[in-house]
Amino acid sequence: MKIGASRLLGYAAILAIGVAAPYLFPNYQSQMAELWLFIVFALTWDLVGGQMGYNSFGNVVFIGIGMYACALIQVGLFYSISDYNAARGGGQTVFTFDVAQYLEGLALGLPVAGITAGIVAAILGSAVLGMRGHYFAICTLGLGVAVGQVANAWEWIGAGSGMVVPHAPPEIGDTGRFYYYLAFVLAVLTFIVVAWIYTTRFGLAINAIRDDEEKAEAMGLPTTRIKVTAWVISALFLGVAGGILGNLKRFIDPIEVAFAGATFGVWMVLMVILGGKGTLWGPVIGAIVFQFLKEFFWTYLLGWQRVALGLMIVLIVVFFPQGILGFLRERFPERFGHKVDPSLVRSAGEAAE
Amino acid sequence: MILFQVPVITVDLVLNGLLLGAIFALAAYGMALVWGVMNIINIAQGEFVMLGGYVAVMMYWGGIHPLFAVPVAALVMFIVGWALYRAVIFRIVDRDLFVSLLATFGLSILLQQLMNTAFSGNVQIAEAGLGTMFLFDGLVTLSQIKIVAFVLAFVVGGCLVVFLKRSRTGQAIRATAQNARAARVMGINTDRVYAVTYGLNAALCGACGALVAMAYNIHPYIGLPYTIRSFMIVVVAGLGNFVGVILAGLGLGAAENLAGFVLGAQFQLAFVFALLVVVLVWRNWRLAAKRQYLK
Repeated sequence: MKIGASRLLGYAAILAIGVAAPYLFPNYQSQMAELWLFIVFALTWDLVGGQMGYNSFGNVVFIGIGMYACALIQVGLFYSISDYNAARGGGQTVFTFDVAQYLEGLALGLPVAGITAGIVAAILGSAVLGMRGHYFAICTLGLGVAVGQVANAWEWIGAGSGMVVPHAPPEIGDTGRFYYYLAFVLAVLTFIVVAWIYTTRFGLAINAIRDDEEKAEAMGLPTTRIKVTAWVISALFLGVAGGILGNLKRFIDPIEVAFAGATFGVWMVLMVILGGKGTLWGPVIGAIVFQFLKEFFWTYLLGWQRVALGLMIVLIVVFFPQGILGFLRERFPERFGHKVDPSLVRSAGEAAE
Repeated sequence: MILFQVPVITVDLVLNGLLLGAIFALAAYGMALVWGVMNIINIAQGEFVMLGGYVAVMMYWGGIHPLFAVPVAALVMFIVGWALYRAVIFRIVDRDLFVSLLATFGLSILLQQLMNTAFSGNVQIAEAGLGTMFLFDGLVTLSQIKIVAFVLAFVVGGCLVVFLKRSRTGQAIRATAQNARAARVMGINTDRVYAVTYGLNAALCGACGALVAMAYNIHPYIGLPYTIRSFMIVVVAGLGNFVGVILAGLGLGAAENLAGFVLGAQFQLAFVFALLVVVLVWRNWRLAAKRQYLK
């Protein structure tokens, strides 16, 4: 893969902004950390939804599983989990973690979060990915709520009152900055992997499944295996992102944070639609625009912010389904490498009249 | 003693479940109508139920007996459904399924949040002031309002069936469901038919919601479970199978009530959603087996 000098410069500039951002805008650090995670959500959703045509409303499952898996490892390495969750609020027992314990828990917890989510995706995927179209969409929607409800009722992981993620020992310093960089690295890594996938045969295969699954299968593609693999890849990254998000939020509520279908679950779809489904940069742009809009609503429409978000979903889906990149591609096809024959454009214009 | 009581407790659970199931069947019938005629899966279905419930609650606050709310909620929701069709739904009727799914999902979140902002997230009921019946020495308790709701659900459903069978508009709706293009050729204004269908669905859900508010309770977030139940019932029964919808609805109500008792009430919603996944996976395996047979 040959990358032009100007493009390389562009990537370097984005990386530089990402590294410098917490020093430039320290007040918006947590929002920016969230933004990097949103980019992970959107990129991985687009891998399955946009590029493979399987529109999932249930990817939030993997975020939640990653969140719980990471927190359980962080606690479980050193204390009994049932004691830890039972002690909440009472304050009889104090659970503290020193620096080595904290970092060890995190170093083990995040990979385990990803792997657990991946395993769950493999198991669920082989059962669920045989469905087509709206059956898949609604099945994953139900799946997300079902898992959230189970987490909400399961005493061992704190049930409805949630689980407190181990607080960092004070020696760590600014944990917000620490997690910002973790999220940043994860987002860059996800982007590289996803971009690489789209250049491989596997990328072509998932596009073939989106365009016509029967034909893809008839051409000899092992469609089920490809679909499950794609879902597992997206779940791996979502699991790690969930682990980071849990540590960023410091408290896991099963319905509102971990398996939040009505927020993260829908938002990730919306980000992709907003940016442009089935494109590499669309999810990234969509996530950035969405995060700005969201923070804007939260600041200036407090109390009505969720209503505004619901309205935004309807408006975007109904009036702007092609997304920002899709719109730009329509307006400026030459910039996207499509050759435009002026005579054809003119004749098309005449035909339209 | 407990062992002796088991069958009676089961009877109690099943009976109460069946009463609940009629309401599910009503909402599911509306979903099947919209799905069959417009090819839209209306995720906002449960939110229409919720809105209908709030109409009943508001009338109850105003001192009117909530039983009168059933027709009023239906009327109000017909107008809401019609307006929503004119504002949003008509733009997505012929678009691909994902767009209609996501747009109605957006609508459902919008309505949910609107009601949450307007009425807070508290649980509301419209007290109908009817008593409770005790059977078998008080082991089986049935509140009379649930029985009334059960009967009314059938009355409302029956009215709709008769309307679809007998009236000119009903005929037009059925024609559009069979073949929208042919219906247009025959001079049916399908746009109007869609508007009426969507309005009728909303009215059905509104009546259903008024019953829910009386016999059970409502809050802004009850929508999604009702949508999922409706979808599940339609998938099990099949489109255009009225008897199947009733049976599946009653069965779901009974199963859910039993599961809530056996697993514990905190797992009842988890059971509903897990059942959806199981039903869909099972359907998919059956279809796959059929495909293999054709080879």
